[in-house]
Amino acid sequence: MGIESALGEGFFTTKIDALSNWARANAAWPMPMGLACCAIEMMAFAGPRYDASRFGSEVMRFSPRQSDVMIVAGWSTYKMAHAIRRIWDQMPDPKWCIAMGACASTGGMHRCYGVVQGVDNYLPVDAYVSGCPPRPDALLHALMKIQDKIKTEHSVLLDS
Amino acid sequence: MSLELNKTEQGVVDGLSSDFSEDLIDVYQSCDHTYIRVEAENIIQILKFLKEKHHFIFLCDIIGTDRYTSDERFEVIYNIMNLRTQDRIFVKIRVEEENPHVPTATSLWTSAGWFEREIYDMYGVRFEGHPDHRRMYMPEDFEYFPLRKEFPLLGIPGSIELPNTTPDTE
Ligand code: SF4
Repeated sequence: MGIESALGEGFFTTKIDALSNWARANAAWPMPMGLACCAIEMMAFAGPRYDASRFGSEVMRFSPRQSDVMIVAGWSTYKMAHAIRRIWDQMPDPKWCIAMGACASTGGMHRCYGVVQGVDNYLPVDAYVSGCPPRPDALLHALMKIQDKIKTEHSVLLDS
Repeated sequence: MSLELNKTEQGVVDGLSSDFSEDLIDVYQSCDHTYIRVEAENIIQILKFLKEKHHFIFLCDIIGTDRYTSDERFEVIYNIMNLRTQDRIFVKIRVEEENPHVPTATSLWTSAGWFEREIYDMYGVRFEGHPDHRRMYMPEDFEYFPLRKEFPLLGIPGSIELPNTTPDTE
């Protein structure tokens, strides 16, 4: 029994790209970088009520080596920035980043000398979530945006 | 302003005016608290006296302030408490802007260590004899003192390093 029996007579064609992107998009494991109050909403996002597992992101990995999406939830100080960047560098490619909340996106109300005014100063952010804190559904929306992005990526290169 | 001192506070003021009459500068009350301003030189003896003779055994906090005046710019305020009567007094000293330094209170209260480090971090007041005189929050090589009034709110651009975003090209 193989795929032939499921499809009946004929062909099924796809691209490796589409197949791997489909798999990647639906298993985007988050790396929770909970730095402040936003982290509470991030927990709700993973919890049963909002249930990120519906989108394949149920496994919060506290090890950077096992995760695909870093959710920066909260404000980042200059001192912490080095730790965050280091964890980001330890995540295997391909990887994506969500800046959750006003603070991670722009520094938010922490307009002062100690807080980096937006984590995009040292991280390549793919999705920004507005709000202080954003609702968990907003974070789900960001996750879905990232899934859309993953699905349009060219991920497989021909080794010529 | 007339003072309304309770028994403990009256005892403190009487004790200080007899034993440390040279050092006592001012006693005043504001917002239900009693403040005692003294000369900075003998601050440790004064705190020791309050701790041992008047049972002010609990150091709640040490506060720094920048008064932004040309003389005696910085103020260090000891917030101490008598745990028998639950009375709190604030002991204040002032230090000059040029090379500000104060003797450490860590010999009396170990907890003073972190408070003093924080004041050093934010105002640059040094605490002589402190066992571990590092910065508290800011990076060790940071050159400024952020709570001094002339320090800009958003900091000095480039004064704290951001991570290298292209580590592969190092
Ligand atoms: S955006 Fe608001 S809720 Fe989120 S970390 Fe900043 S202050 Fe906290």
